[in-house]
Amino acid sequence: MAHSQQEVLAGLAELVNDETGIAADAVQMEKSFTDDLDIDSISMMTIVVNAEDKFSVKIPDEEVKNLITVGDAVTYITANQD
Amino acid sequence: MRRVVVTGIGATTPLAGDAMSSWEALLQGKSGIATLEQDWVAKYELPVTFAGQAKIAASSVLSPQEAKRLDPSSQFALISAREAWADAGQPEVEPERLAVDFATGIGGVQTLLDAWSTLQERGPRRVLPMTVPMLMPNGPAAAIGMALGAKGGARTAVSACASGNEAIANAFHRIQRGEADVVVAGGAEAAIHPLPIAAFAAMHALSRKNETPEEASRPYDIDRDGFVMGEGAGALVLESLESAQSRGANIYCEIVGGSVTSDSYHITAPDPEGAGAARAMLDALEQADASIADVEHVNAHATSTPVGDIAEYTAVNRVFGTHTENLVIAATKASTGHLLGGAGAIEAIFTILALKQQQVPPTINLDNQDPAIPLNVPRSMARLQRPDAVAISNSFGFGGHNAVLVFRNI
Repeated sequence: MAHSQQEVLAGLAELVNDETGIAADAVQMEKSFTDDLDIDSISMMTIVVNAEDKFSVKIPDEEVKNLITVGDAVTYITANQD
Repeated sequence: MRRVVVTGIGATTPLAGDAMSSWEALLQGKSGIATLEQDWVAKYELPVTFAGQAKIAASSVLSPQEAKRLDPSSQFALISAREAWADAGQPEVEPERLAVDFATGIGGVQTLLDAWSTLQERGPRRVLPMTVPMLMPNGPAAAIGMALGAKGGARTAVSACASGNEAIANAFHRIQRGEADVVVAGGAEAAIHPLPIAAFAAMHALSRKNETPEEASRPYDIDRDGFVMGEGAGALVLESLESAQSRGANIYCEIVGGSVTSDSYHITAPDPEGAGAARAMLDALEQADASIADVEHVNAHATSTPVGDIAEYTAVNRVFGTHTENLVIAATKASTGHLLGGAGAIEAIFTILALKQQQVPPTINLDNQDPAIPLNVPRSMARLQRPDAVAISNSFGFGGHNAVLVFRNI
């Protein structure tokens, strides 16, 4: 079942909150994972793996470095869902 | 050499979630041992079905995000260290003069085994990226160092069940030598998991009194049949006397001796002559500039194994001779179980409080004292008579490690 962009953003915000404690409503499309949200690489990998499970999507390691902003991740996940 | 004092204590144990509540429960003769409710006990048909679980779950104290990034051993360590730090009045100390000496016997064993299960069941990509920092045995020391801003070195003594005492001895010497002004020292363990239980049971080290878990840890009793695994942590804030006095800190007592020796005899069995253990006690007393007659209270290692309790008695007798009968002994593992790498730390706290309050906690489950161990072990709370006497706390570990601490009122 494909998720809408809005659903992916909300789900991703939940994963970020769960991993880091950052308030879900602070996870907005234009925010950078590292510069704005201060998420380290280890947390990022955990979030990516959990996102793969949650949205039935594969996010290859070489793709992760391109996911600079929350919007990048939401776009990638929305476009690549099974 | 500089004098070193204890200015803070913290603990989370099978008796209670903090140091003073653990002490009160101990004085009341309570047991922290109970039947394990986890599914895995029946699933793996474990031969031992009970343990001393931490009375307060670490996950109820830490934030979910903090807990998620720490192995349970580091969770316990952090909880106890924060309590000790607050108890010490959060000393203002230069970060470079603040250090950590925090031990574990086994390290992040739950993390390691959970990760192995994940790898087998779900593949390498599902292995948590935090696995390595969570399983490393220096995890507790590092977590405390980060939480308190300690930059004077965070070290981890690993000497099985002597680890906690060895860490405290290391901290003591470090302040004595002037390498640090304040050190958070102690030990933690979180090994209540089917594999460690199966492994300790395989070597017949654990009590199998599954029907009566509260009575299973019975040091010195004729019916003792092994130790009972416990979990938790204890932490002390050690500080140079001048640092403590200059800030008007509350001082529990002075630490005056800390010695580490090794048996070089057998990987698990204690030297039946108790030579290495005796040497540790004598050396620690020498550091304290105390004679054997200066000792009144001993918190014994006393794990409730048939051979270990005898070997310790032999060592004590070797050191104290005719003074042995004057010693007032406590075997507090009867109430807490054996916290392995955390044992020395919580027992140091019990020794310090016994010394300060001049009262020795009861040793429970001592119904029929082994005639081969004629020590004075009070079964109800007993008063000490000599506030100027020193108290010692023994810890011994697989590998032939012996670590002994000596405390004195100030």
